[in-house]
Amino acid sequence: MRFRIYRYDPESGAAPRVQEYELDFDAKGKKVLDALIAIKDTLDETLSFRRSCREGVCGSDGVNVNGNNVLACVTPLEGLKQPIEIRPLPRLGVIRDLIVDMAQFYQHYRAVKPYLINLDPEPENERPQSPQQRAELDGLWECILCGCCTTSCPSFWWNPDKFLGPAALLQGYRFIADTRDQATDERLDFLEDPYRLFRCHGIMNCVEVCPKGLNPTAAIGKIKSLLVKRAL
Amino acid sequence: MNSSQIPKRTFDAVIVGGGGAGLRAALQLSQANLKVALISKVFPTRSHTVSAQGGITAALANVSDDNWHWHMYDTVKGSDYLGDQDAIEFMCRNAASAVYELEHMGLPFSRLENGKIYQRPFGGQSQNYGGEQAIRTCAAADRTGHALLHTLYQRNIAARTQFFDEFFALDLIRDDEGTVLGVVALEIETGEASLFEARATLLATGGACRIFRHSTNAHINTGDGLGMVLRAGLPLEDMEFWQFHPTGIPDVGSLISEGVRGEGGYLVNKDGEKFMQRYAPNALDLASRDVVARAIAQEIRAGRGCGEQGDYVHLKIEHLGADKIMARLPGIRELSMQFAGADPITDPIPVTPTAHYMMGGIPTNMHGQVVSPVRYGPEEPTPGLYAVGECACVSVHGANRLGGNSLLDLVVFGRAAGQHVLEYLRDNPFPRPLPQDQVDKARARLARWDKPKGTETVAGLRDEMQRIMQDHCSVYRNEALLKQGLAMLDKVQARLPDAALSDHSRMFNTARLEALELDNLMAISRATLVSALARTESRGAHTREDFPLRDDDRWLRHTLYFQGAGEHLDQLDYKPVRLKPLTVETFQPKERTY
Repeated sequence: MRFRIYRYDPESGAAPRVQEYELDFDAKGKKVLDALIAIKDTLDETLSFRRSCREGVCGSDGVNVNGNNVLACVTPLEGLKQPIEIRPLPRLGVIRDLIVDMAQFYQHYRAVKPYLINLDPEPENERPQSPQQRAELDGLWECILCGCCTTSCPSFWWNPDKFLGPAALLQGYRFIADTRDQATDERLDFLEDPYRLFRCHGIMNCVEVCPKGLNPTAAIGKIKSLLVKRAL
Repeated sequence: MNSSQIPKRTFDAVIVGGGGAGLRAALQLSQANLKVALISKVFPTRSHTVSAQGGITAALANVSDDNWHWHMYDTVKGSDYLGDQDAIEFMCRNAASAVYELEHMGLPFSRLENGKIYQRPFGGQSQNYGGEQAIRTCAAADRTGHALLHTLYQRNIAARTQFFDEFFALDLIRDDEGTVLGVVALEIETGEASLFEARATLLATGGACRIFRHSTNAHINTGDGLGMVLRAGLPLEDMEFWQFHPTGIPDVGSLISEGVRGEGGYLVNKDGEKFMQRYAPNALDLASRDVVARAIAQEIRAGRGCGEQGDYVHLKIEHLGADKIMARLPGIRELSMQFAGADPITDPIPVTPTAHYMMGGIPTNMHGQVVSPVRYGPEEPTPGLYAVGECACVSVHGANRLGGNSLLDLVVFGRAAGQHVLEYLRDNPFPRPLPQDQVDKARARLARWDKPKGTETVAGLRDEMQRIMQDHCSVYRNEALLKQGLAMLDKVQARLPDAALSDHSRMFNTARLEALELDNLMAISRATLVSALARTESRGAHTREDFPLRDDDRWLRHTLYFQGAGEHLDQLDYKPVRLKPLTVETFQPKERTY
């Protein structure tokens, strides 16, 4: 199989480049991450990338393959056009090869206060929540923070420091939607901002790329309609 | 090498590992306004806790009649009586409050119609000490580990815990009196080592199933804390006990939750026979994991496996219907489609026993203090050192862990250890002098990989080691097989000094990380083979074909493995099982059937 992989060595002083690899590999049933590991183990130990769970739940290995943001570990090799071009997630700083600097992404995540705020005395047992109320959280809490959505969003490309991006906004809404949370107003106050929220123009790249099948655009839409309702 | 060159950071406590156990302990300390550093080799939500699926066990009695005494009985029985009954009582007694606490933190549990936390049946659960199936495992769909890990991380953000993400711990700093004073860690991005000085060090580095070729575990599960402990002269406990989960996807290893059988799934062989009725006539597919794993292995051996190679069996859930599968097992369906090419709504899932969990680990008491025999008894605390979670051996899981008890272990003992650290810090307010030679030793581990040329590669040796462990120390073991495995491992270990890297860069050098991890994996493989060879009985997950019966007269005791040097490389010692619970009567060992 033929690969073209983005390489950047921060210690060399050299500009980033694309390196070609020819890997003798039976692709049947295998994923992009399997190929990256095989290249590292047998051809080139210096090729660097993140990986952990290798089954699409930890969010370590978001990369851009043939122009699409994907998780390397759940993307089948079969059916990919060769040479397979693998690049780091777009718009974030590159630390080395396929490893990007996620600091900005995590900062936006922390900014939405991604934790339950409830100042009532803690009950003896669980706080009740009906299955219907709980169902409001489905499609929100499953986010794995891989960054595929945010780094595919043109609004984020233009204003990475000011626009929170789909992943952080999805988590913002996850707590607004939770019947146990009491900070909806405070959360909406923070989000009511021309950049943080309103740079989303419904381009929907995030929906297309999310490896978990989540829909950040819909969540952003719900935040916007809550803001409208509140203003009336 | 001058140790004064290495930057020093000082904290009250340092926690190594950002999974469920490390995060729960960190929360306890941050909320008490202590200065705590959590160092993790990956961003915390990449930790392996995220892969836990089925749930967390607690006798809430939301669905079936239940209480913690029954949970305790099941856990003792499941452990094949090797679990320490004081620690098991502590865990089961505190289970309900631990789960309610997680709910209060915001964990999105699935719900019952009455608004209470959803619970599902799991293997080895009973009412009334071995009676009817209990329904005890609390779940957030089939992504409970994800929900738990993210919730705990989020609470730590709120508590403003100081995180050192992508720092790799190299070694403990331990002075002549045995007190642990912190760790030396490598900042992965810069490649620079620094010293984290702390009056208390807590290891929460997770499991090590990457010693096997096929495992459900993440790539990062290389047992780094265990390697550090062995190098510091401390023992590992019960390393012969590794859980082979009955249902992993063949080759790939991905876990198919026990919750699938809890929701009504069942196993069949190539003849379509529900074979569990021959192995566990009462509990059937919800027998304990060791029992089901052996049953599947037997079917495969007898030529009744499915597929061209006959090396797996089928797990069927079509009869549950698409709605229930989508609501309760969406993650399983995704994994099955991605890695087995089977949509469980219409097709059976291929499964085979796969290395999943390390019951053994760093010996601790129920406060999380690392204990070892020093002078006065088998369990003297090591001042300043704690261990929690899969890397620790409390021992609540004994010879076989029950499903749903590992997430519980993380939060109950993470909290307990955090609490004990608070007391320890209060009683030990001043730092002690740092032994310089220890710092230099840790840095030498790093410098060793600067060696320019070698005849062996890290990937090559790791692959050989994993094959040896898979072929010689799997579900079924015997003396000849283990001895041969140990002889082969000897040879591989002897070649380790000849290994070198071709990547000598500093910044984000993942090849060097893998080399450092290999040191830990090799030491753990060795501890496993030596401990397994010595235990001439079958108990829980340790099945010796040449000693098929449990032998309580000789073996109702814990193994301790020390790493020596030269001719005395492997040293074994033993300590008694704590059969006396805290308040209730002992569950006396008896024959274990399901």
